[in-house]
Amino acid sequence: MGTPIHVSGLNAWFGSKQALDNINLDIPPNHATAVIGPSGCGKSTFVRCLNRMHETIPGARAEGTVKVGETDVYGNGTSAVELRRKVGMVFQKPNPFPSMSIYDNVAAGLKLNGLRKRRILDETVEHSLRQAALWDEVKDELKKKSGASLSGGQQQRLCIARALAVQPEVMLMDEPASALDPISTAKIEELIYQLKSEYTIVIVTHNMQQAARVAEFTGFFLLGQLVEFDKTETIFTKPHDKRTEDYITGRFG
Amino acid sequence: MHNTRSGRGLMRWRRFKNLFATCVMSLMALLVLAPLFAVLGDLVRRGAGALHWSFLVNLPTPPGEAGGGMANGIAGSFMMLLVASAIGVPLGIGCGVFLSEYGNNRYGTIIRFTADVLNGVPSIVIGMTVYGLVVITQRHFSLLAGGIALGIMMVPTVSRSTEEMLRMVPQSIREAAWGLGVPRWRTTVSVVLRTATSGIITGIMLAFARVAGETAPLLFTAFGNQFWNFKLNQPTAALPLQIYTYAISAFEDWNQQAWAGALILIVLIIGTIGVVRLVAARGTLRGAA
Repeated sequence: MGTPIHVSGLNAWFGSKQALDNINLDIPPNHATAVIGPSGCGKSTFVRCLNRMHETIPGARAEGTVKVGETDVYGNGTSAVELRRKVGMVFQKPNPFPSMSIYDNVAAGLKLNGLRKRRILDETVEHSLRQAALWDEVKDELKKKSGASLSGGQQQRLCIARALAVQPEVMLMDEPASALDPISTAKIEELIYQLKSEYTIVIVTHNMQQAARVAEFTGFFLLGQLVEFDKTETIFTKPHDKRTEDYITGRFG
Repeated sequence: MHNTRSGRGLMRWRRFKNLFATCVMSLMALLVLAPLFAVLGDLVRRGAGALHWSFLVNLPTPPGEAGGGMANGIAGSFMMLLVASAIGVPLGIGCGVFLSEYGNNRYGTIIRFTADVLNGVPSIVIGMTVYGLVVITQRHFSLLAGGIALGIMMVPTVSRSTEEMLRMVPQSIREAAWGLGVPRWRTTVSVVLRTATSGIITGIMLAFARVAGETAPLLFTAFGNQFWNFKLNQPTAALPLQIYTYAISAFEDWNQQAWAGALILIVLIIGTIGVVRLVAARGTLRGAA
């Protein structure tokens, strides 16, 4: 089951430069929520704050309240490492582990955290690859081929399978299809559509058609602020804010 | 000028330039390779004559007595390099990991500078230092002291090459592991190091080959030995030492044997590197970047 995300008063900085300014937002469970906005508006920073990947960049920090289900993301007792097992992430550029086989790539999250039981690993790898619609294409060469030998689109689905294998509750996707061709993009979108029944999905995208196709809710970011958050349909047909309207009609950005 | 020249003429001019550049580059490559092959060729020509089976399995004999060999030197070098690698490789890799993953601060700068200085310290000075620290304390020239001296010499090469190789691992690979909830140390060990393995092995082999031929740091540490020694705390023969002694001696047959010893040393180094490469390549997957 997916988990709701509650964000209030979230601020983020890179050194002295503020990247997010007082973000307040509730992301509903078991839906896809799109984050749109021009380059440099803080979209990526926002999703990276949800699993505390933001703070891995030297000089970067974040403040505010983020709750994933019952977990207080920036709470004192919360470990970023454990949080990230609950809040999975898929990155803009496919980044499979080049030294690992396809199997080991998918099993990495479990194996590197100490799980050794073969039966469970085998089952999880197959299940995750099926979920990511990659199983049929790779099942004969699971342990022979490196994850890096796949095509770009396959690599990205491999990365999705890898993220799914640790059984997260939330999936963050940072422009997951922007480096892919239209056919691979369509496959990824299809995947997002199916995954929402089980996960809460937050997807950053530059492509407004993509947001319209996959997401029920959309947030529009501009200059580090959340300008508007609503049902996707509302954002694209009758936005309340003039800036949102300007952006979606292509007047800037 | 392009207007007056026909398309075909232009093409011919380009082909000529291409051919010319290719020739120059090939010549450069040959020039670089020539000294290496000259050394190898000379070694084979002069060394092969003194190479018999007995050379590989017998102890040295006094000058004039036939059938002597460098078996103890081969074994001694082998053991000393084992000790050196046991010290230099883990220390060097550990240092390289620190520099690459945690070394973007003052400590990193200091360690990096120290490693560079250590790399430039003449090898005989390292031998003398180990003499002062180990040999005098132990009251013995020893295999261990020789191994330590060579091990120290391996550290800077291994650590700097490890650092370079780890820096070449894209940040996105680290982020991928962190994003799966893998702790940072585990990411470093199981993902970053593993991704850079082949490059790190190259660095280790470079350091290994460099110290395998060192004579100076062994003069006051391993000292040399005419007989077998398998004890850590006893003076030990080493190929480079024996080559040195034989090469500067006045005896014709010892000079001959020095050439043979040098040939064996080169073959052993190349052989070791080849075996390690083969073993490392076996673990590589199809299509691994």
